[in-house]
Amino acid sequence: MSTIEERVKKIIIEQLGVKEEEVKPEASFENDLGADSLDTVELVMALEEEFETEIPDEEAEKIRTVQAAIDYINKHSA
Amino acid sequence: MSNSFAGQVALVTGATRGIGKAIAEAFAAGGATVIGTATSESGAAAISEYLNGNGRGCVLNVTAEGAIDALVSDLQKEFGKIDILVNNAGITRDNLLMRMKDDEWNSVIDTNLTAVYKMCKAVMRGMMKNRYGRIVNIGSVVGTTGNPGQANYCAAKAGLIGFTKALAKEIASRGVTVNAVAPGFIDTDMTKALTDEQRERIFETIPAARLGKPEEIAAAVSFLASEQAGYITGETIHVNGGMSMV
Repeated sequence: MSTIEERVKKIIIEQLGVKEEEVKPEASFENDLGADSLDTVELVMALEEEFETEIPDEEAEKIRTVQAAIDYINKHSA
Repeated sequence: MSNSFAGQVALVTGATRGIGKAIAEAFAAGGATVIGTATSESGAAAISEYLNGNGRGCVLNVTAEGAIDALVSDLQKEFGKIDILVNNAGITRDNLLMRMKDDEWNSVIDTNLTAVYKMCKAVMRGMMKNRYGRIVNIGSVVGTTGNPGQANYCAAKAGLIGFTKALAKEIASRGVTVNAVAPGFIDTDMTKALTDEQRERIFETIPAARLGKPEEIAAAVSFLASEQAGYITGETIHVNGGMSMV
């Protein structure tokens, strides 16, 4: 069983088509990983699917870095 | 001429008769698996019959709560993808605005515009993931020109064109195109419901001096849904015998 961190990173790699070594905790989706607004929406939806949760829009807007995504899921998954 | 849709899955709403049927038949002729929707069991059975093994009909009331999501989710599971969506289902509830009831307004907006939003939203995720999709929304010449007695219908069809453009811009980068075909007056049950007075006035305005055939709409839809139309998005093709040139 992979950790939440590994699962989140895997989704980021798949959704944004980036390399594993690029997915550093502080990396920003838009500034460092080349995501546009649609990419970030797709990423949030992929996270929702993987972790069977619903991320409200106002929370989704705050998920801008790899660490923010991991933190959110850690905090909100059972 | 028929475009190739071999290996593709096409979903056409309102496919029992008229324009929707012609569109479903065009996709089937091109080798697609076609799912045509109808509002009744008998309509769905009629679709299955004319598709003759190249897909089937199914019941969908586009205004029923949750019905669209349920159908699209079932189809995604069964076929793994939907390549083409044609939002064709439409109704008219004509009345001069002075006499128009809220119910006539709401039912036309719900079926002709809100259902298009719901259908697109339901299929777009899969199309974006596949990096391929073709959405064609069926508008109407009156969405651009207006027509007395059809304020509700004209509003919905004009809204559909704006919606088409907005969605086209949102998802163009994912290989999904969104276009509209705006028929003029086509020989279907819907135009048979026009009054003689409406009919006479309309005929005077059509340079081609005839009603269009459903197959002539299907030809434009088929082109926009084809792979080679991949660089056309947010566009409306008017098929109206010259009655309105935009």
